[in-house]
Amino acid sequence: MNVTQATRLVAEREIRVKLRDRTFLFGTLFFLVIAAAGTILPPLLSGGPKSVAVTQDAAGPLRAAGLDVRVVADDGAAEQAVRDGDVDAAVVSGPEVLAMDEAPDEVVRALSTAPPVRLLDPDAVDPVVAFLVPFVFAFVFFITSQTFGLQIAQSVTEEKQTRIVEILVAAVPVRALLAGKVIAGGILALGQIALIGLVAVLGMRIGDSGDLLTLLAPAIGWFVPFFLLGFVLLAAMWAAAGALVNRQEDIAGVSTPVQLAVMLPFFAVIFLNDNATAMRVLSYLPFSSPTAMPLRLFTGDAAGWEPIVSLAILLVAAGAFLVAGARVYEGSLLRTNGRTSLRAAWRERESIG
Amino acid sequence: MTRTLQLDGVDRSFGDRQVLKNVSFEVAAGRMTGFVGANGAGKTTTMRIILGVLAPDAGEVSWGGAKLTRQDRRRFGYMPEERGLYPKMTAREQVTYLGRLHGLDAPAARRATDALLERVGLGERGDDLLETLSLGNQQRAQIAAALVHDPEVLVLDEPFSGLDPLAVDTVVAVLRERAAAGAPVLFSSHQLDVVERLCDDLVIINDGVIRAAGSRTQLRDSYTSPRFELVVATDAGWVRDQPGVTLVELDGARAVFDLPVGADEQPILHAALARGPVRAFRPVSPSLTEIFREVTQ
Repeated sequence: MNVTQATRLVAEREIRVKLRDRTFLFGTLFFLVIAAAGTILPPLLSGGPKSVAVTQDAAGPLRAAGLDVRVVADDGAAEQAVRDGDVDAAVVSGPEVLAMDEAPDEVVRALSTAPPVRLLDPDAVDPVVAFLVPFVFAFVFFITSQTFGLQIAQSVTEEKQTRIVEILVAAVPVRALLAGKVIAGGILALGQIALIGLVAVLGMRIGDSGDLLTLLAPAIGWFVPFFLLGFVLLAAMWAAAGALVNRQEDIAGVSTPVQLAVMLPFFAVIFLNDNATAMRVLSYLPFSSPTAMPLRLFTGDAAGWEPIVSLAILLVAAGAFLVAGARVYEGSLLRTNGRTSLRAAWRERESIG
Repeated sequence: MTRTLQLDGVDRSFGDRQVLKNVSFEVAAGRMTGFVGANGAGKTTTMRIILGVLAPDAGEVSWGGAKLTRQDRRRFGYMPEERGLYPKMTAREQVTYLGRLHGLDAPAARRATDALLERVGLGERGDDLLETLSLGNQQRAQIAAALVHDPEVLVLDEPFSGLDPLAVDTVVAVLRERAAAGAPVLFSSHQLDVVERLCDDLVIINDGVIRAAGSRTQLRDSYTSPRFELVVATDAGWVRDQPGVTLVELDGARAVFDLPVGADEQPILHAALARGPVRAFRPVSPSLTEIFREVTQ
């Protein structure tokens, strides 16, 4: 059996155990419900067409505009219908549009002639969407890398805490143990995102906001490789943090630097997303590029070569962190008495590997 | 399968503390070798080095004359001193998993697991989560985990500690069976009476240094002076004045004494017979505890 087979066995076990974990399953279910609700409900809540009260002879253009037309006997009855809240608006002779406290744009538009409009940049992103999408990307990366990173750390600590690690290390290379955990975490994280993404897409279809999807597609395409490498980078840190302690309760203490490495870029991307220079810098830094670069691609700020360079930098960084993380992991895995200092773990390569 | 496991000049330090000093001994094929020493003497470190869990600073472990590789070690069965399995997996799942990590394919691992769980008396509880099993049953699962891949060499660190008497019998039976099949079996224990009952060979370590190694009888002969017990009809106090005698114990008509190595014991018997009836005269084998004490002083 070689390292690859051992890695696969380790990854399989991690995934199998996780898929039976109630907390994980309920968490996933919760996110699915949020995704479905977030995409299906808003269009439904915004309601159907506006209702408008009008006399028979003025009803024509309003009907043509697809409004819910209620024909009334005269202007007085129309006004009363608005006051009673039976309709959203009324059109009386003049023509004059009546409404309670807000000008009914749809009704006004139905009665006026608009000049022809030619969009010079038809693909430009709606400002609301431009605000929401960065947030969603950063949030997805933040939450998943945090959740699954912590799970990697917990799984590492569990093996130390229960002492099974000694049997494992005697049977398979330490590298295979580490790789198996990182791969399993990556698969589970991507799987969860894919599932939530699928539900969100279906939700958009049902809620009829499908064009957003075509707009998002290229950014999502780039998000996947960035996400994977970014995840490996953080997972290596989480695994090393988990190996330094002997009890689940102590993980929080050692993982603060890792948490910061996730949180700071998250807030930077959220708060600086309209600052082009800052975003350019963030889109090359290894910890923030997984969210910043797909964003710049989404808003159309980045040239074609930029994601490739950024991805290469991230790849090198992830590789370096994996090597460093593996060294700390190896150096501390068998120290089962108390917390191991980072320096001791780095110096002491206990295992033959 | 008649390969010997050999340690040659193994050194190991933790920081400034050298815990193993030039450790050399061998575990012969088909022999049960007991590894004894006080707590902190270096037993666990030695076993971890054999399994490749720790690297030696100097020296080498070889198997059948060639340097031990990871592939060889995968066919070793190891029970670490600090026990533990995954609490959230069933006994069957994790024994199968460990079998697969040791190179068995899925069906073979399942078959071996089923047979072994049955053998250690866990057949019915095999599908319960480990954390729901009693401590004794968890130990049985641990034994199964060490043996699932039908190991060619067994290295067991304190295999009997924490076991109930029935489980001890099971483990002893399995170890004997493996040794009879030609596997070298190395086990450590601080319970000297257990080691005495089981082992063919003995390795004694003290403070990181191997003090004695060899077959039990050989050690007995070389590390203790010849000892005899004499029971006569009357008082045996006169024995202390015989040439070469070191009196160990005197209790009325019964005397236990040592003679210098190579000395003839027959003159003492003659002297006793000249004084009256002799009820018993026999060599006394020192217990392992005595050998241990003698060797580690």
